[in-house]
Formats: sequence, C-alpha cells, structure tokens
Amino acid sequence: MSLISTLARLEAVASGRARPLATVRHRRISERPLVLVPLTTAGEAGAPLGALVGTDRDAPRLLTVAQPRDRDLRFAFLGELAEAVLPYIDAYTDVIEPAERNETDPETGKRVKVEVELCVDAPQLVVPSRPGIDFVRLLGRSMRFRRTAEEDPETPYPAPPRVPLLGRWLTHYGERARVPGSSLLLATTDLLNRHWATGQSGLEDQHLGALLAWIDPPGTLSGAEAALLAELERDRDGQLACPPAGPATDPAFDNRLLAPAIERYDRARQELGAAEDGADAEERLARLTAAERHIRALLLGVMRPTWDAVWHGLDLLRQLPEGARVEERWTRDRWSFTGHRDRVRAGEPPQPRRDDAVTAAQKLASRETALAQLAAAEALDDPLVLAGHRLSGEAFVGEVTEVVMAYSEGKRPSPRPLITVRTDDRPHLGERTKVFRSLDGKPQSAEFVRYGDGPADEDEAGTGTGTGTGTGTGTDEDGTLVLRLTDRMGRSKEPAPGSVPEKGDRISWTLFEHDQRGGPKLPDPEETPWTHGGPPVREGTAEAGPDAPRQAPDPVTEEDFL
Amino acid sequence: MPPHPLDARALAALAANPGCRRRALLDGAGVDKGALAEALGSPAPFGQSQFAFMRGNAFEAKVKADGGTELMRLLADRLGGQAVPPAPGEVSVPDLSAAGPEGRTARTALALREATAAGAWALLDHPLLALEVAGSPAYLEPDAVVVRPDGRWTVVEIKSFPMIDGSADASKVGAAARQAAVYALALERVAVRTEGAEVGHQVLLVCPKDFSNLPTASVVDIRKQLSVTRRQLARLTRIEDIADTLPEGTTFNLERCSGAQLTSAVDAVSAAYAPECLAACELAFHCRSRARERGAVEALGRSVRGELGALTTVAAVLSAAHGDTGDPDDPTVAALRRAATLRAEALAGADRAVTEQAVAGRAMADRAVAADRAVAGGAETEG
Repeated sequence: MSLISTLARLEAVASGRARPLATVRHRRISERPLVLVPLTTAGEAGAPLGALVGTDRDAPRLLTVAQPRDRDLRFAFLGELAEAVLPYIDAYTDVIEPAERNETDPETGKRVKVEVELCVDAPQLVVPSRPGIDFVRLLGRSMRFRRTAEEDPETPYPAPPRVPLLGRWLTHYGERARVPGSSLLLATTDLLNRHWATGQSGLEDQHLGALLAWIDPPGTLSGAEAALLAELERDRDGQLACPPAGPATDPAFDNRLLAPAIERYDRARQELGAAEDGADAEERLARLTAAERHIRALLLGVMRPTWDAVWHGLDLLRQLPEGARVEERWTRDRWSFTGHRDRVRAGEPPQPRRDDAVTAAQKLASRETALAQLAAAEALDDPLVLAGHRLSGEAFVGEVTEVVMAYSEGKRPSPRPLITVRTDDRPHLGERTKVFRSLDGKPQSAEFVRYGDGPADEDEAGTGTGTGTGTGTGTDEDGTLVLRLTDRMGRSKEPAPGSVPEKGDRISWTLFEHDQRGGPKLPDPEETPWTHGGPPVREGTAEAGPDAPRQAPDPVTEEDFL
Repeated sequence: MPPHPLDARALAALAANPGCRRRALLDGAGVDKGALAEALGSPAPFGQSQFAFMRGNAFEAKVKADGGTELMRLLADRLGGQAVPPAPGEVSVPDLSAAGPEGRTARTALALREATAAGAWALLDHPLLALEVAGSPAYLEPDAVVVRPDGRWTVVEIKSFPMIDGSADASKVGAAARQAAVYALALERVAVRTEGAEVGHQVLLVCPKDFSNLPTASVVDIRKQLSVTRRQLARLTRIEDIADTLPEGTTFNLERCSGAQLTSAVDAVSAAYAPECLAACELAFHCRSRARERGAVEALGRSVRGELGALTTVAAVLSAAHGDTGDPDDPTVAALRRAATLRAEALAGADRAVTEQAVAGRAMADRAVAADRAVAGGAETEG
C-alpha cells in the first residue's frame, strides 16, 4: 500500500466515509453483466448449495440443491446453471466484426495478417467476492471433465447435456480473471476496493457488506457504524442481518436453520418412498415439496442481500467515468472470449488439468506484461494514481519554461529539442534516464540531460556526451530540469506540428514505459526442452504413458462428491 | 471453573502474535476467551458448521479404517524409505485411553517408547502430547502419529479440504503446517527422552482427492514453521511475569464479575491488536474496538504502522499531513505532507481531468482500431 492510499484510509477513518482512490473507473462494467451469487456446502469440495444468477436485478433465477450430498440433485443444479448461463454467453458469440490478426504462416514462417472474426462485445460475469472467483474456477474444474450420456453411453453417472461445456467456459473465465486488468470475470469487492479506501483494513474490506457500508452508508449512520452492523448484527434467531457474500455460509445458518430443513427434507423423501397407496403418496409428496420449498426460501433469504449488494456496488461504480484506456483492455478481453469461442467450435478438448511448461510460461509472461501495462495505463488515465507515482519519484508533472531547438549529429540531423521543465516533484533521474509522455495516446520519449536551466552547452546539444551539472543526486534548488526529446517528431528536419511541447504547457512525464513489449518468444510445445519436462504427451498417441489420459474424466466412486 | 485447554490452533495463533500479552495471559490461565468476549459485549463470530464437522469426521474415519492400511500405504508411498508398505497385521495400534490429560500423555509417551524399542510400525490414533507454553502446560492432540521401524516419528494431519489435481489451497496448507509444527515440537520433548527416536521434519498431509472422498496425501516440510514456532514460543513472556504486573486482585472469573469489572481486568493487560487477529482470536472484536477508540493506526494493518514511523494515531498522522503538527525535517512527516498535497491536487483536478479525458477518449477511440491489431498477437497467449 502506498503512502497516498494509506493517507486515504486515514482520511476515511477521520471522516467516517470511504474516500476515493481513483477519479475514473479502471475496469469495464458491461451494460448487461451476468451476476452470479453462488453458495457452497461447508466442508465439501465443490458441492454447490444454491445460486442466484441473472442479468435482471429484479428477477434473479434461484437455483438450489435440497440435499447437497445427492449426486442427482447436484447434477440437476449444474444442468440448470448451464441453462441459465450458456444462453447468455451464446448471445455474444455471433455478433462479430472483421479484424486482423498476425499469424505465422506455417509454410513460409513469415508473419502474415489474417482476416479473423472478433466478437463485438463479450459476456461479463460478476461475482460478489474473491472466493466467488475461486468457486467459479472450482466449478469449471469439476464440470469440464464430465461426460454426458451423448458423448459416452457407457459412463456410469452421465452429466446433463451442456454441463461440460459450461465447465469449459467457467474455466476460461476463471483463468482470465488472473490476468491483471481483465474484466471478463470480476469480483465486486475487488472492484470497490480498487476505487475506494475505507477506514478499515484490507482484510476487513473483503466483507462486501461492510465495504459497501463504508462507501455508501444507509441513512444517517457513519460508515464505521454501518460496517460494524453489517459485520455483526444478528436477529433473535442468531442469524446475520447481512449474510456472508459466499460461497461459504455462516455456521449459525447451517446449524440452526439449514441442517434441520435438510433433515426434514430427507425424512419426507424417505416417507414418500415408503408410501403404501396413492392417497398416502400424494400427501407425502406434498410434504416433500413443502420441505424443498422451505430450503429454497432459506437459501434465497441469505443470497438475496448479497445479490442486491452486488448490484448496488455496480451502481456506485457506474457513476465513475470510464478511464480512457479501459476500452483497449476490454478489446483484449474480447479477443480472449473470441479465442475460446473458436476453440470450442473447433472441437478442441477441454483445458488440461495442468498446463504444459510452454503454456504455463506463456501465461505467466502475458500476465506480467498485462500487469505492467495496467499500472502504466491507470497512471495515465487517472491523476490520483499518477500522484502515487509522483510521490515515489517515478513520475513528475511540470510546466515547460523553455524550448531550445537542437539537432542530432550525423548525416541526416534529426530534431532533438531541449525542453526545460519546472516541477515541484522529485523524480529519481540519473544520467540519460528515459522519460515518457503521452502524445495523442501514444508515448513520446525523452531523456534527462541535467538539472537547472542554465544556457545549453554546445556539447550537450549533440548526442549527449555531457553529464550535466547535477546528474544523479538531488534536484536543483528551483526544481528545473532539462530533457531532450528523442522521437515522434516526424522524418523531416522540422518537427511535425504539435509534436514538440511549447512554453507554458503542463505535462506529465513518467519514468516507466507506457507500453510493454512481450518477452522473448517461447518454443513450440513440441520443442519443450527436457529440463522442463520435455514435449507434452498427447492423448491417444503410441507413447502415451500412464499419465497420458489427461482428458479422462475424474474417477467416480460410489460415495463421491460431485 | 475448569481451565479451557490450549489447542494447537490456539498455540499457532499465539505464535503468530507473540507480542500480545493479553492473549498469552488468558490462554495460559485457561480462560474461556469465547465466553469472556461475550461477557464483554463483543462476541466472537467463530463457529463450525455441522456439515463441515461431519464431513471432517467421516473423512478421518475413512482414512484410519482397517487399522490404518490406507494411511500406511500413503505414508510409505509419499515418504519413501520403506518402499513396501507394512502389511495390515504388522502395524500395531496401541490403546491410548487413560484417565485425565496427564494419564493420557503418560500413556502416549509409553506407547511411543515401546513402539520405538520394538522397532516396528505403530499408528497412534489421537495421542495426547504436552507442551509447556509460557510456563503453563498445554495439551495437544494430533490426528495421528506414525512410528516407523527406524525410530522416526511422523506427524499425520488429516484435513477435509480437497487436493485438486495435486494442489490444495495454499493458506489452508500453511495453517495445517503451522499446526503440525506445534505437534512436532511437543513430540520432540518426548523424543529426547527416548533412545533411538527422531521426530521427522516432514509431515504427511492427508486430504480428499479432487472431488471424491478418496484420500490422497502430500509431504509437507515443516522445518521453517518449526523454527518460527519454536522461536515465537520462546519469546512469549512468562505468564507469571505478566501476572505480576497486574493490579492486586485482578480476576477473570466470568461467574462472579460484572461486565465492567471484566472490562477493566482485560484492559489491565496490554494487547497487540492487528487485523489478522480477527481470524484467530475470540477477543479480536473487543481489541479492535479499543484500538479504534484510541485511533491506533495498526487497526488498519501492520504494514500501515510500519509506514508511519513514530506517528501512531490517526489524528497525529492527519495533523502532520496537513501541516498542523510534526517536524518537517522528519522524513515521515515530509513524505506525508507531500502525499497530502499531491492527493489534494489530484482530487481537485479530477473534474477538470474528466472533461479533458472526454476529448482524449475520442483520440483513443481512433487508436483502438490500431490497438486491436497490436494486441491480437498478445491476446493469443492468454486467449
């Protein structure tokens, strides 16, 4: 946490309200996001208990599992979830625009441009909290290796149709959520924490109810008071007024309400099985239905507050204007979505249980690039984020006080104007440190020459052999420094109009690059060196060893869970 | 009132915050902190769902079924050494039942010595170990301890969180490792008095595999946790020393004291509150409200405290930041003032910036077409 955000937290403590950490919104909020509030059974791996899902805040679809240990009921739940989510995803797959992509021609090995489709928009999933994202990933993992009766008539416990497909999509979304700055799958708590500082710790900020209470406290309460109520307030039955945002439930809810309700349901089911005649069965069926309805009502009761909180959070976020570079990141998300759509359509197998070495390295590298890009883009979009970098000496804002034309040495002299800037900031500048500014959305670079605004030395106007007067340590008293502009001024001797700052311009410079280039190219998976496990073994090939059937479904045992 | 025994989880929590005298004293004295928190008016929100409880017990029973055959197979497979797992008849499962904790620890120590002397496999199901913490004994009950023919004792932790595709939730594994380290420490006390015995620094973590309830296991090296726990427990102030600093007649008798009396008794012992306490200590909500009343900056996190140097309260930090108090030559104060100025400038300029960005946004939109192409290559990798 930087000192500026610490300060924001302290301001929040003092004022009793959350304080802004951003002046623009740094993530895309879709016009029509799909909100998913899942619940899981305590102690079970991936045995869902229920979910609220939908795009209409007034009409969530309620899905429940009356007995989470019953495989058939769990499968029915997943089938319903697929019916709720997949049509939403499908609605985006066919709205496309033409685009170009660089690909390596397999024959010539040259980079060529290929015409491809790009989805105009992408479906967006919003869950309440970070554990919700983990749960989406878990659900994806639990579903994508299932077999439906259609795929494999022999399978002992066939999954409902489309469940494996949902598993693949949820896996893709779960993976994409690990890319910094992506917006395909978002956690409401992460979104709110990015944009506001509360007067509590980061750990406490994971509680969606308390977080919202700080940002937008109800009535006349202060944020601190409202957050305390959200954390602790219980009714006479010991139930939280603001239930956890899931997927875990409150133990008091499990023990006092849910467990007896499930017991009643089990009993009703047993009695129905033992019914002797029609009239009897009918009455017992009614009791079973009532027991199930009771469970549904209980689960709705603890999910609905979270559902409303997610939409409340989205409302707050929508009030912020979107940052200028968010669109660019969203475009990447659209490429990611389109790419997975294409893989599904091409009949590729589900994502493997573990990535091979090359894929894993690629993912890590692209996440690192995305992280650096995100940090730069947020700073350029948002003066408040830039302020953090200015404080740490990685950026400075200053007024241009003088522009002296100069040229590079060589056969064709290019413009290398010297810009004198006055700033109150204390950037960490060393000899020929590169600095960047944004010119029409593109980075223009310059290098640091020296402190002070004395007359330009002829030597230094050249290729920069001079070391300057105050290189390295400390700023000159009056905070002026001289920069040499090095690019984006066109090819001719005279700089292109508008490409050189003018006296009086106030400009933000950063010491970090605005765009990140990817690292060195990785070998093809088939070329994986033995140090990294060698080439992956494909399923169905002759050399496939015991570890090979990576796409095989999970073994199913009599008493397994999910 | 019977003392509330310390368990490994409490010890691990104590070791995580060794500076907290309040916790050390209350735990050492065996005060039921949950009941105390309730009497203070800040009940702890802890509880275990019966679903998790049932599932945990069912899984543990399954792992230990048939005299631990499956457990032994996993142990032999994961810890190597003995490539052939012992046959079911080869593993002795001594009866450890005895009266009272002292009796049970003595029985456990005896069983450990006998098994080591016999040079055979033995599975100790829920043994009881004693460990002296800050001058008072704590009794610990690991899920199981396995004695191998070579005299090595291995702690076995059985947990019901899943290991999916060979990996489990890192934070849960970490908690299990810290807990296992406490058991290993207690085992070492017995091992020093047993000839030929050695406590393994690798513990066996047994978890359900993927989404099934079939057990799978992984070896966790706990050397780091062991040394941390050992050091932290040694750092704990002796409880007598803490008690000596208390006013005469201080008592935490829940039955006889009023809420106000208890509050002043609790306040007489200093606490070291940090937000991490919320997940580990029953009194955390009480300590948090006290820390907030004081305006203590550590209520916002330990790192915050580190960042602010000598300024320990919210009011002091803010007044230093706004230039009302503080020594401008103090680097913390200077940085704070600079931060406050930059933040205020950025917020004031926000409205103006929004307008400018609308203009910039149009330029960006034009650029987006070009960007589409540029990112096409990059999107592939993560695509």
